[in-house]
Amino acid sequence: MAKSHKPVVWFPFAAGGTVIAFCIPVILLLTFLAALGHVPAGLDYQNMHVFARSGLGKLVIFGVVALSLWSSAHRLRCTCYDFGLRADTLAATVLYAAAIFGSIASAVFLARI
Amino acid sequence: MSRKPLVRECPPTTWYFRQPRYLRYMSREITSIFVGAYCVLLVVGLQRLADGPTAWEGFLLALKSPASIVFHFLALVAAVYHAATWFNATQKAMPLQIGESFVPGNLISGAHYAAWAVLSCVVLYLAGVF
Repeated sequence: MAKSHKPVVWFPFAAGGTVIAFCIPVILLLTFLAALGHVPAGLDYQNMHVFARSGLGKLVIFGVVALSLWSSAHRLRCTCYDFGLRADTLAATVLYAAAIFGSIASAVFLARI
Repeated sequence: MSRKPLVRECPPTTWYFRQPRYLRYMSREITSIFVGAYCVLLVVGLQRLADGPTAWEGFLLALKSPASIVFHFLALVAAVYHAATWFNATQKAMPLQIGESFVPGNLISGAHYAAWAVLSCVVLYLAGVF
């Protein structure tokens, strides 16, 4: 049976799409409120620090950020192709590398908190 | 002897102007640019949080710049559009069969919308918005 690497790419993509659909709008709304000058109490340093220091908080933050990054990288790769960029291998390499780099960076930042 | 191959003429950069449905497809595609950019912003925010209170305050202050406000507005529209189209597609992507009959598609999408609303309200509540 022919083996394909596609499931490896597809699972985080589908999981990331679901995470983006469910979580990103409300997180965006929170930072939008902060941008408009109404910083929600939950975004205070103290509260964010306590949340990001807990095991569950770290897991939630890393899950949301890493899956969203991976899904976005895959979607941006498709978007590049749809806009006429035919260097797909290059786009895939750059975008997936960026997603992996961002995920590792997130893990390092979380470990420092 | 082989037949003449079918060559479909397809302009690689302007094909989506040919059909309204292609434009709708592309309008969903470009939401990935805003969501991707926002993911980068999340990673930067995480770095500022790890750097301590002063860095975090600076991050919150930088959010208040006019460019950030415009970006947040566009990204919010893009994220909501992405979410709505994603939930609308769930009834096609995962049809649910019970016994002989299929669960109505609108029920599947509706359940996703309901879960989305509940989750968003819980997050807003936990973040102290209300």
